[in-house]
Amino acid sequence: MTAQPAHKTPFVPELLGRSDYAIIGEIVDPATQVLDLGCGEGELLEWLAANKNVDGRGVEISGPRVQRAIARGVSVFQCDIEEALADYPDAIFDYVILSQTLQETRRPLHVLREMLRVGRRAIVAFPNFGHWRVRLSMLVSGGAPRTRLFPYLWYESPNIHFLTVHDFENLAVAENLTIERRYFLAGHRKVTLVPNLLAEVAVFLVSNPRAGN
Amino acid sequence: MIVESSTARFDGLPLDCGANLSPVDVAYETCGSLNSARSNAILILHAFSGDAHAAGISHETGKAGWWDNMIGPGKAFDTNRYFVICSNVLGGCRGTTGPSSVNPATGCPYAMSFPVITIADMVRLQKMLIDGLGIRRLLAVCGGSMGGMQALQWAVDYPDQVAAAIPIAATVRHSAQQIAFNEVGRQAIMADPDWHDGNYYGGPPPARGLAVARMVGHITYMSDESMREKFGRRLRGKENFGFDFDVDFEVESYLRYRGTQFVNRFDANSYLYITKAMDYFDLTAGHPSVAAALDPARARFLVISFSSDWLYPSYQSQEMVRALRSRNHDVAYVQLESNYGHDSFLVDVAEQSTLVAGFLAATFEKLA
Repeated sequence: MTAQPAHKTPFVPELLGRSDYAIIGEIVDPATQVLDLGCGEGELLEWLAANKNVDGRGVEISGPRVQRAIARGVSVFQCDIEEALADYPDAIFDYVILSQTLQETRRPLHVLREMLRVGRRAIVAFPNFGHWRVRLSMLVSGGAPRTRLFPYLWYESPNIHFLTVHDFENLAVAENLTIERRYFLAGHRKVTLVPNLLAEVAVFLVSNPRAGN
Repeated sequence: MIVESSTARFDGLPLDCGANLSPVDVAYETCGSLNSARSNAILILHAFSGDAHAAGISHETGKAGWWDNMIGPGKAFDTNRYFVICSNVLGGCRGTTGPSSVNPATGCPYAMSFPVITIADMVRLQKMLIDGLGIRRLLAVCGGSMGGMQALQWAVDYPDQVAAAIPIAATVRHSAQQIAFNEVGRQAIMADPDWHDGNYYGGPPPARGLAVARMVGHITYMSDESMREKFGRRLRGKENFGFDFDVDFEVESYLRYRGTQFVNRFDANSYLYITKAMDYFDLTAGHPSVAAALDPARARFLVISFSSDWLYPSYQSQEMVRALRSRNHDVAYVQLESNYGHDSFLVDVAEQSTLVAGFLAATFEKLA
């Protein structure tokens, strides 16, 4: 399976069952060093190693997931994301990936800054809390929104910092980050208009111009 | 799978203490076959009281190896794919030169004239064996406990000869608690009147002291939970307390049995020397940090610890992993959930097997 070039078709195929992986798989240049935060069972790192000759490392807090990742030959260690980042020296990775996890971290801004300290670029994918279904759900139900992307009851949700496309772009401005590429997805479709309202998932490739790449 | 023991002899081995041991014998066993590229060799490093008989059925004794659940056809260390070597450590009493060996200069056992040895000395001897077998680079070095210390020492001392290192339930340096338990064992042996300053060969060994040392050891290898499950407060062959100092509890009976068994297969002086080597183990000596100490290593690492292991607690493995990570070494780490304490790496091997098999396969593929 290979990632289709996303800019040529509005349809984004799945990679390992996920469209955001397909985009990440396309963004990452061959033969680079990649750190995947919250890498789960290491499927993306395995794919990147096999298809892009990437030298990958993964961080995952769940023991059973780490076990399955190691069993598939991926170098993953069991650790909290923030703690893992703190141990790494500056700028040793070409990319640091955080897929669908930023909203679950306790200190998202700290995590983002750390990603851009240890990596030259960060790839951040997150579910867009500004999507119209989320807004409608809250408006209609009057309760914490529940949608396909946010299916949890409020007390069961791992999501503790909700953010929208706008929020992330504003943060990038405030932090003086360069957004090199941005992708917006609704299901398998790319979204080009009003992404803050129509995108379910956003993927940003950002870098820090002050880091002297 | 029947395995036979072999012995290699070397003219001399320079030791960290400055002495030179000559000659030195190394007892070792192998399983599987070396491929034509000589790229599939794995060195298994045994723990404190282990020996070269790691896997298969011993041709000499008919017994299964101490890690037979991990090594063999289709197992974690798959002998259909890999050539597995295990040698008895320097200072041991199972065929490799140790304090019970005869000193050719005197014609008597070395006893306490045997030089004090270190983990690095053990590894230096293993390196001579590996060179002698014509293996330029090991696919992996792996061991639990003291075996894990040797794996780390290998990775640091011979970085170009080790593609992967798997230290399990190990540490970069012995802690005060670990030294303390070893010292209790040594004092038990040396307090036994039969010890005779180590010169008991030809007479009765210091069996009571060695048995007590082993009893203490066994307690540290288990966990509160595993002891509760295995023994609880159950009485041994009686309904009520005996109101004497014979065995009342199952756990007493078990420890006494283990202690007595150990005397039949282990030399008390080897106990002293090998525990001392473990206590001296500190990879960070002379380095500003753990990271600096491990920096020469070039191997991929798989580090494993166990949740209930209080003798070599997970924090020691995590310290190792953090240090490796801080220099961007290739390291995988997981703490496995197990109730068996430090013994987990020997007895609770299902998950450990999957990890090791996948890690080895990926390493082998990367090398090919």
